[in-house]
Amino acid sequence: MPTPTDTADTADTPIIEFRDVEKRFGDNVVLKDLDFHVNRGERVTLIGPSGSGKTTILRLVMTLEEATDGMILIDGDPLTHRIVDGRRVRLSNREIKRTRTRIGMVFQQFNLFPNMTVIQNITESPIHVLGQSRAEATRRARDLLHQVGLDDKADAHPSSLSGGQQQRVAIARALAMDPEILLLDEVTSALDPEIVGEVLGILRRIAEDTDITMLIVTHEMQFARDVSDRVLMFDGGSIVEDADPDTMFTAPAHERTRKFLRAVLGEGQIGTR
Amino acid sequence: MQEQAEIWDWEMFFRALPPVLEGFLTVTLLVTVVGTAIAAVLGLVWAMLIRLAPQPVSGIVKWVVAFIRMTPIVVQLLFAYYAFLMFDAMTIGIVVFGIHYSTYMSEVYRAGIDAVPKGQWEATTALSMSTRRTWAAVVIPQALRATVPALGNYAISMFKDTPFLLVIGVVEMVNAAQIFGGNNFRYVEAITLAGIIFLLASYPTSVLIRRMEKRLAYAH
Repeated sequence: MPTPTDTADTADTPIIEFRDVEKRFGDNVVLKDLDFHVNRGERVTLIGPSGSGKTTILRLVMTLEEATDGMILIDGDPLTHRIVDGRRVRLSNREIKRTRTRIGMVFQQFNLFPNMTVIQNITESPIHVLGQSRAEATRRARDLLHQVGLDDKADAHPSSLSGGQQQRVAIARALAMDPEILLLDEVTSALDPEIVGEVLGILRRIAEDTDITMLIVTHEMQFARDVSDRVLMFDGGSIVEDADPDTMFTAPAHERTRKFLRAVLGEGQIGTR
Repeated sequence: MQEQAEIWDWEMFFRALPPVLEGFLTVTLLVTVVGTAIAAVLGLVWAMLIRLAPQPVSGIVKWVVAFIRMTPIVVQLLFAYYAFLMFDAMTIGIVVFGIHYSTYMSEVYRAGIDAVPKGQWEATTALSMSTRRTWAAVVIPQALRATVPALGNYAISMFKDTPFLLVIGVVEMVNAAQIFGGNNFRYVEAITLAGIIFLLASYPTSVLIRRMEKRLAYAH
């Protein structure tokens, strides 16, 4: 057992760790006593019915929300709260910001800045947060645009792009910050069915070519199965089942998981895909 | 006299032109342009203070802005004129107009800022953007786009309020027309002329605003 002081240096420190995390909105408890961890480089997909708290987990890691109890550790360091003498203390905004730069997120609704061109969207934070030169940031942005197949859209405004193209720009924008952790929040849910494939294809390639840790919320079960190292089944704010994708999709241990997968994949699908 | 019975006298109209135009150029236009600039900048300052400043400050600003907005500009002109004797009436006029209209514009900016979607703020967090960059690069440009028409309308409205400068003795266009009328015992031509100049100046301004609006526009 590593002591608390040397956890940060240990190679097997989980990059994301939830300890007894609770998130409530008023009386509504969304997550309760949640404990789980994600190892460096691991791809973990969260599945489960809507309202089960999956997206809230991503929003907590991105610091868009803060846990109401417990703590979240990023690479051994507390994200928003630490426990001092048994009391929960919020970190300073400066400390929170420092950890936040290691995390990137792609949203369901893309959330590109409509007042900026594609290249400005991608280079904004590399220049102003990471301190890259404009030339350096632009070169990298063009490289990323090439990776997502949008070389010719650098000077376009987001409003002139299709949903699939906007989401590809949003992926490039997140990658431009060189995040250690990439959060994907239902990134294909707002797209037309025929566009979903092109975005998932890009994400598959990123998963193959990089060692970025990914925490994924998706309804695309085939994608989850192909990309994930581990799948967590959520229901009612807690983890019902934690298994590798083959086990989760072919031989889930829990009845709740079986019911959910039957509902999303269709009868007779489990075990055949 | 037979001439006095006439309702309209073209000669008087043309004789009124130089003093009325002078009032327009040296006062009305100047107060409107500088006043609008002050109002546009201060309005944004109020809106940002109300939104960003810590509690006692933002509460006070909110209260002061509401107070100024809910009292007549004539009262504010007279108050400032007698309270700050060290400044000339023209300076008082420009500053009071600027401050008075800044309180309306702050409401417009507030609405524009509120209209920036939540997802935009979340994206700035996900990209670790500083508060300064969040406002300068994302929130203000998007808020401005929504506020240009309203800001333009307030500029025109300020323009039409400039005759209130009369109460502190500043000879703007309408005041100049009235003085001309008093000197010549003919008011209709000079006042009509002032009205025409208001119209001629307001119309191109509204066209200009519409053009700016189009240039700032981008479809979502």
